Amino acid sequence: MGSHTGQVEVAAPVHPRSIKGRFRNLKYGVLALAFTVYFGLPWLRWMRSVGPDQAVLFDLDGRRFYLFDLIVHPQDMFWLTGILLIAALLLFFVTSVAGRVFCGYFCVQTLWTDTFMRIERWVQGERPARLRLEKQPWNREKIAKKGLTHLIWLLIAFVTGITFTLYWGNAPEMVVRFFSADAAYAMYATTAFLTLMTYLMAGLTRENVCFHMCPYSRFQSAMFDSDTLIVSYDFNRGEGEKGRAKLGRGKKTIEERTDQGLGDCIDCGYCVQVCPVGIDIRNGSQAECIHCALCVDACDAIMATTGWDKGLIRYTSENDLDGKKTRFFKPKSMIYALALFACIGLLTWSVSSQSVLDLAIRQIRQPLFVTLSDGRIQNSYEVKVNNKTTQEQHFKLLALGLEGADLNMGRMKEVVLEPDSSLRFVVRVRMPRGQGSKDFQFQLVSMENSELQNTRPAMFYRPSK
Amino acid sequence: MSENNQNDPQTTGHQWDVEADGSGALEEFDNPIPTWWLWGFYGSFVICFGYWILYPVWPMGDTFTKGISTIEYTSEGVQKSSHWNTRALFLSDLQTGEESLKMQKHMDELSNASYDEILNDPKQMAFARAAAKGIFGDICASCHGRGGVGVIGLFPNLADDDWLWGGKIETIEKTIRGGRNGFMPSFKDSFTSEQLDQVVEFVYSLSQADADAAKAAQGEEIFKGQTGGCHYCHTKEATGMKAQGSANLTDSIWTIADVPGAADGAAKRAAIRAVVEGGVSRQMPSWSARLSDTQIKLLAVYVHELGGGQ
Repeated sequence: MGSHTGQVEVAAPVHPRSIKGRFRNLKYGVLALAFTVYFGLPWLRWMRSVGPDQAVLFDLDGRRFYLFDLIVHPQDMFWLTGILLIAALLLFFVTSVAGRVFCGYFCVQTLWTDTFMRIERWVQGERPARLRLEKQPWNREKIAKKGLTHLIWLLIAFVTGITFTLYWGNAPEMVVRFFSADAAYAMYATTAFLTLMTYLMAGLTRENVCFHMCPYSRFQSAMFDSDTLIVSYDFNRGEGEKGRAKLGRGKKTIEERTDQGLGDCIDCGYCVQVCPVGIDIRNGSQAECIHCALCVDACDAIMATTGWDKGLIRYTSENDLDGKKTRFFKPKSMIYALALFACIGLLTWSVSSQSVLDLAIRQIRQPLFVTLSDGRIQNSYEVKVNNKTTQEQHFKLLALGLEGADLNMGRMKEVVLEPDSSLRFVVRVRMPRGQGSKDFQFQLVSMENSELQNTRPAMFYRPSK
Repeated sequence: MSENNQNDPQTTGHQWDVEADGSGALEEFDNPIPTWWLWGFYGSFVICFGYWILYPVWPMGDTFTKGISTIEYTSEGVQKSSHWNTRALFLSDLQTGEESLKMQKHMDELSNASYDEILNDPKQMAFARAAAKGIFGDICASCHGRGGVGVIGLFPNLADDDWLWGGKIETIEKTIRGGRNGFMPSFKDSFTSEQLDQVVEFVYSLSQADADAAKAAQGEEIFKGQTGGCHYCHTKEATGMKAQGSANLTDSIWTIADVPGAADGAAKRAAIRAVVEGGVSRQMPSWSARLSDTQIKLLAVYVHELGGGQ
């Protein structure tokens, strides 16, 4: 790493060699899934009785988040805290058990960088061709190839940027408005910002984001221990007693090498060439390593050609490398798991028990009560009802435990609420004069569905004489 | 960037506290400001010139440079243009700001709607209640109180279901527009003290159980006959006349005499007697010149709802 003054030393661009293998396939799978979800989701239509027909829509103006059949209201916003907590704990748990799985397979920086590198390879060729192009003076070929690469990058970056904005409005309409210069300023600004950021991060800065900007890469070591899975070079096997050596005369078979005290590593450098962050895994565990396991694929491919055992570079743990057993169920991981499941349980409970009918009662205290001309006493209450169902509802308002009470809502005979709407109104409760105040409950019951109801306590005040 | 780090520090060359043998010198590190920061600093100077041109900046004797940026706003119906200042900005925001325009839309809907439409629409009622609360607090609450409960003897209670001048919403609007003069003459000189007692006993009997029936009957004669002539305003049933603003004496509500607040029968009778002796003279001013039609409409809806409306 760089000097101690915090200055960033940006290394020359890394040009990794392509590789085939199981982890590479896994990474392509994750990439395909992630891109399908990210780019496709805004276009997925979803039938609802009220609200937009977009499956996932964050409607800031209408103050509703639509997630398939779930409608999130502003008062449910604390679910976001739950989701963030779960995401953090999941990250901690997975890191403590399996290391930097997130970095290697799921992080957007990894996914987009991987895509951009794939483009680079497609336009400029394999690693040697790219290295040659890098050294070449700026002639027509270099300008054309580099230019085309950056153009495609910018295009992907732009689609990435505009897609993000489509989650916040009706996607087909927004795209049309975007290109007819009719969209909101925020859409242009967000798209421009994200286009620029994607281009910069995935195209130009790449692994430097992980080295110098990412906080997770800095604190993930706190979750690590000797039982955590890491992508590691089996130093004892690879180096033997006298270190690694290239295949050469008298060094071709395991037996010959063992006799000479040489390790299994034939120092082909393939693991270094495929590394997207440009490190040598044989130097031990490093902060730069994102544990993408491409070096595992590379080394396995070489071992397959020599016919030796695979796994010279593999997912292992420090304990395993020392010949001890790896404990997956250690207290730290268990505590993370416990906290994780507790959070998932709480969020699931909170979402599934979402109140679909909110009722709030506020006593009007100026005046607390008035005498009516017929001698009865009147109390007034401001009622707020929030109908979160997707049907129009007709409600009856009752005063439970207040015998002989009259409820007056002006011209309103029943409380009518449109689908997914709220209403404030005043209700006046009238009772014969009597001694002292009385506790009672307001109950709001739907006339269509008596199960849909809510009850709130209230107080009826009367003069003491 | 500069080549400084802790292993190879650049110094300014200044040294302090040098010992005789040349050791122990305090030296000053030379760590120049990063270039990007320095250019940002110079850049802020350049932006400064933009401010000088756009906004009021420099004092010039008893005035100041106004800048070329202007703000348009309306003041008392006159379109005005002013150099940029936060007060004009505030006024313009109140008139043309996004939230103001939204509110104005609701306000226009409300002022174009009939009373029936408003009373039948719970949403308009909710908006009217919220908008009128402030106006009521500014204009009406100084006499009638925040919740419209009034003061017995001085200002009528608007939160109960009794209306001196009528509780229909059109009548309430008329009251707010034109104001009211509540008047009852003094009967101190018209009645003998005994007659006063009899009339008081009759009025007392209309709503209270423990009245002296014989005395009340004598009072009733005065009330309904030529001697007192009380029925001209209060009617023979003593239920009052809305057109005159004369009170209903038979219900439980007292607007002038504080009967509910009096300790015993004697005190209640004394309270009634004070009103008959002294008469009543109350004024509510007219608001048609001081409030807009929409404001009056809002207040009428609000007051109508306070007591439950008629």
